[in-house]
Amino acid sequence: MLQLDRVQARFDDFTLAADWQVPKGARVAVIGPSGAGKSTLLSLIGGFLMPDQGRVLWQGRDLTREDPGARPMTTLFQDQNLFPHLTIAQNLGLGISPSLRLTAADYDRIEAALAHTGLAGFGTRKPAQLSGGQQSRAALARALLRDKPILLLDEPFAALGPALKREMLGLVTLLADETGATVLMVTHDPAEARTFAPLTCLVEGGIAHAPQATAALLDNPPPALADYLG
Amino acid sequence: MTKSPLALAICTAVLATAAMAQTDKPVLNVLTYDSFTSEWGPGPLVEKTFEAQCGCDLVFSAVGDGAELLARLQLEGKNSTASVVLGLDSNLITLAAATGLFTPHGQNTANDLPVPFADPLFLPYDWGWFAVVYDKTKLPNAPDSFEALAASDLKIVIQDPRSSTPGLGLLLWVKAAYGDRAPEIWSALADNILTVTPGWTEAYGMFTAGEADMVLSYTTSPAYHLIAEGDDSKAAAAFTEGHYLQVEVAGKLSNAPQPELADQFLMFVGSDAFQSIIPTTNWMYPAHHLAAGLPKGFQQMITPKKSLLMTPDEAATARKPALDEWLTALSR
Amino acid sequence: MADRALSLTAAGLAVGIGLLLLAPLAALGLGLQGFSLAPAELAALRFTLWQAVLSAGLSVALAIPVARALARRRFRGRDLLISTLGAPFILPVIVAVLGLLAVFGRAGWVNQTLTGLGLSPVSIYGLQGVVLAHVFFNMPLAVRMILHGWQAIPAERFRLAASLGFSPADTMRHIERPMLRAVLPGVALVIFVICLTSFAVALTLGGGPKATTVELAIYQALRFDFDLAGAARLALVQFALCTAAYAVATRLALPTGFGAGQGRAGGPPAPKGWPLRLDVLVIIFAAMFLALPILAVVLDGLPGMLDLPPQVWQAAARSLIIALASTAISLGVALTLALAAARGRNWPGFAASLPLAASSLVLGTGLFLILQPYFRPASLALPVTMAINAALSLPFAFRILAPEARSLFDDYNRLTSSLGITGFARLRFVVLPRLSRPLGFAAGLVAALSMGDLGVIALFAGEGEATLPLLVQRLMGAYRIQTAASAALLLVSLSFALFWGFDQWGRRHASA
Repeated sequence: MLQLDRVQARFDDFTLAADWQVPKGARVAVIGPSGAGKSTLLSLIGGFLMPDQGRVLWQGRDLTREDPGARPMTTLFQDQNLFPHLTIAQNLGLGISPSLRLTAADYDRIEAALAHTGLAGFGTRKPAQLSGGQQSRAALARALLRDKPILLLDEPFAALGPALKREMLGLVTLLADETGATVLMVTHDPAEARTFAPLTCLVEGGIAHAPQATAALLDNPPPALADYLG
Repeated sequence: MTKSPLALAICTAVLATAAMAQTDKPVLNVLTYDSFTSEWGPGPLVEKTFEAQCGCDLVFSAVGDGAELLARLQLEGKNSTASVVLGLDSNLITLAAATGLFTPHGQNTANDLPVPFADPLFLPYDWGWFAVVYDKTKLPNAPDSFEALAASDLKIVIQDPRSSTPGLGLLLWVKAAYGDRAPEIWSALADNILTVTPGWTEAYGMFTAGEADMVLSYTTSPAYHLIAEGDDSKAAAAFTEGHYLQVEVAGKLSNAPQPELADQFLMFVGSDAFQSIIPTTNWMYPAHHLAAGLPKGFQQMITPKKSLLMTPDEAATARKPALDEWLTALSR
Repeated sequence: MADRALSLTAAGLAVGIGLLLLAPLAALGLGLQGFSLAPAELAALRFTLWQAVLSAGLSVALAIPVARALARRRFRGRDLLISTLGAPFILPVIVAVLGLLAVFGRAGWVNQTLTGLGLSPVSIYGLQGVVLAHVFFNMPLAVRMILHGWQAIPAERFRLAASLGFSPADTMRHIERPMLRAVLPGVALVIFVICLTSFAVALTLGGGPKATTVELAIYQALRFDFDLAGAARLALVQFALCTAAYAVATRLALPTGFGAGQGRAGGPPAPKGWPLRLDVLVIIFAAMFLALPILAVVLDGLPGMLDLPPQVWQAAARSLIIALASTAISLGVALTLALAAARGRNWPGFAASLPLAASSLVLGTGLFLILQPYFRPASLALPVTMAINAALSLPFAFRILAPEARSLFDDYNRLTSSLGITGFARLRFVVLPRLSRPLGFAAGLVAALSMGDLGVIALFAGEGEATLPLLVQRLMGAYRIQTAASAALLLVSLSFALFWGFDQWGRRHASA
């Protein structure tokens, strides 16, 4: 269970509060107007921002004081998911050992993860030699290798075309099904939320509301969401 | 790669210290200026000769020049490990005496300087006349006085009296020669002074590079070019108003760790063995006539008709007002 | 956790730097009573400020077109030219002055040409000479730092600009000017403060006591007047000026917020036509201005290179050891402070800039005063020289590293910490590879500066510890002008070899 226990964060120009929980293995879309704090919510969970009050818990374990890298989760950012100076294999290797101390078995796992995401044979290339979709796949492959129970997607596929985006979401669904990961995904697209996430968390007015059933929420949106959906 | 040089350096430093500590011979520390101890100065030969007779280890520590020597001495104060200080400029010895760090040298004060000089604390070991040095091949008719220089359109490089002893010497030279007329002389010289350098090295370097027609140096400077390089093109201009003297002196510190060796060294300084090293290493005149006479080449140097030297007290009193006059005249 | 360790280490180093710089000042200033400046000192202060402002302004103004031309043109010898840009900065002062005089002096090439053409000669002596020399020393440094700024703009931004149909003026306004706004204040600050403590150059080329700087007044106070408190008072004035300049520069500098690119190759657009002709002219002019005095130094020293006495080689080896050790210390400290500064703090930058304002004479004298009751000065010559060289070159290393450490942090910190890459692994796989270009440049600069700097060794050195610059001085002092010129050429060659080697290493390892 991922729990946000009376989390309050105050920034220069806005505040964000969240007090809810989702079960292990849940798939949650995070939706809301631009600037409402969707990325901030993920940063609070991911440990890149500190709440002023409250706690972030996973299976009852308090994560609030833990470094991002120590938390049981992987974040895929909008950009900069790969180090441009390292090869794809090295970028993936960082997911297994941050000090890149890799055994032969580790390299086999990297190859397998690449193959699994359709990148077989790309290990020796640098990110700049890959297309946008391939870069996203590489980032996903690393998430697979890290094998953390929570996956935070901060619009990593925003730059991809609709077909490619659908394909990546399909891949995420596949991987999440395999690993049973809990996934939180920021999105602007209600259709995406419907296909991918049974639950949706609405962020607006300084509050990240408790996730509700996606279909019900979108069929019968509260005024703020209705405005946003247009 | 980044660690090893540091380690090496530390090892070197430690080993050097250890090696120092292992010698059983008494160590005589002499504080002097840089060009004295350099490989081309008198230092190495002086060390070898004196060590052969004293059964001791003579160690020089060196600072930039005669003025810095005094500053260093004041910094070290009574903590100094030196027994002898060698190389103070006579213009600064009133200041040096005032530190109270010196004790009478107890040596015979007789010497062969062109002007009388006897001081209970400071023993002269060499001297030279300041002079304006030029290139004979480029300048057939050198000026014969500061006034002639000022009337010409020749360019000279001088040293700053605030940072170098030759610069201070020139300041006192003009003062000693012209007295109250000094400001007028400096004003007249202003357009002949190409520039003022912080030290002798920069000035002489600019002169030899052909940048200036003349440079403030010593009457003996041409002897170096003549003897060491076989080049007789450099000459010192003889000035009718006389030439100011630089007298370099040695003194014994009252806190000397090795007072007997210090006495022995000062005795050696006055001896022919030390004095005969001076001309072709320090390029100055020895304080005593040499048994074998001056080295060949020195005879061709000019001998000024008149020698100027303020007493140490006069120099100490004159420095500040003369400096102000100089600054005023040249800052315009 | 890792952040806290970094912050603590950086804070410790900052305190250490403060102590190293301020303790000597305090040791000298013990007897300081009251605070006023004599008219002569005020005049020196005015001249010092004026020439420093002019030198910094002109160096930066001239550096911008050169850096832009180098950023957008590719030609044979470009890499060599960029490397050579470090050379003037690392020349020992007296060598550089003689080199400049050979070109611009009374009997120099320029005036020979002018009189040959029947024109009247120009005089280098005066404010113009001081500024000329300072521009010669510092403009190349400014070019390198501004060029880094240009290269740090992700290629994607220029592509975007091209796709939007930006004219060169639009590109300048939207992309290049914000970069300059972020980079120039720091560059100008560094040069301004370097020129603030200038002394030999200012006096020699300034043509006389009109060109008296604060540093010369310090020199006089320490050497002739033995007025320690007076020297400390003037050193405090220098510190205050540096602090004020630092505050102004920090206020002026705005971060660019360009974000990261994909490390794709490509720089600013390279328009043809008159901009091309202008760039060619600018590059040729800059190359001549920098190369001719260096050529003079080479021509002067070459004849005696083969029969240098053995002492010269020993001193060269000693200087190399000092330079490498100083480089290791300086870069370690600079990198730690730069990484700490990247986390949005101001104090590491201030600590790293402090040594700029330090008078090495005051520093050396104060340290001597503090250390000599407990140690034999000569036994400390090497370690003290290393420490001082490292401290005095720290501001440059920091300035070079800080902006890139900042973008590294902005662009990759989230990723790095989300993957839990910490400590040594972070240094090895993220920091060093991403920063290898500025690290190489900084290492080269520090090594070369430490080779050439007379620093404080003169105060501590005994008989055997002469470094190469000290030996050059000794040779000149012993009338060995030719040998000195050759030894100086050796010094310049070694400095440049160090600089070039490190710089190349950094550029080689700066993989996309």
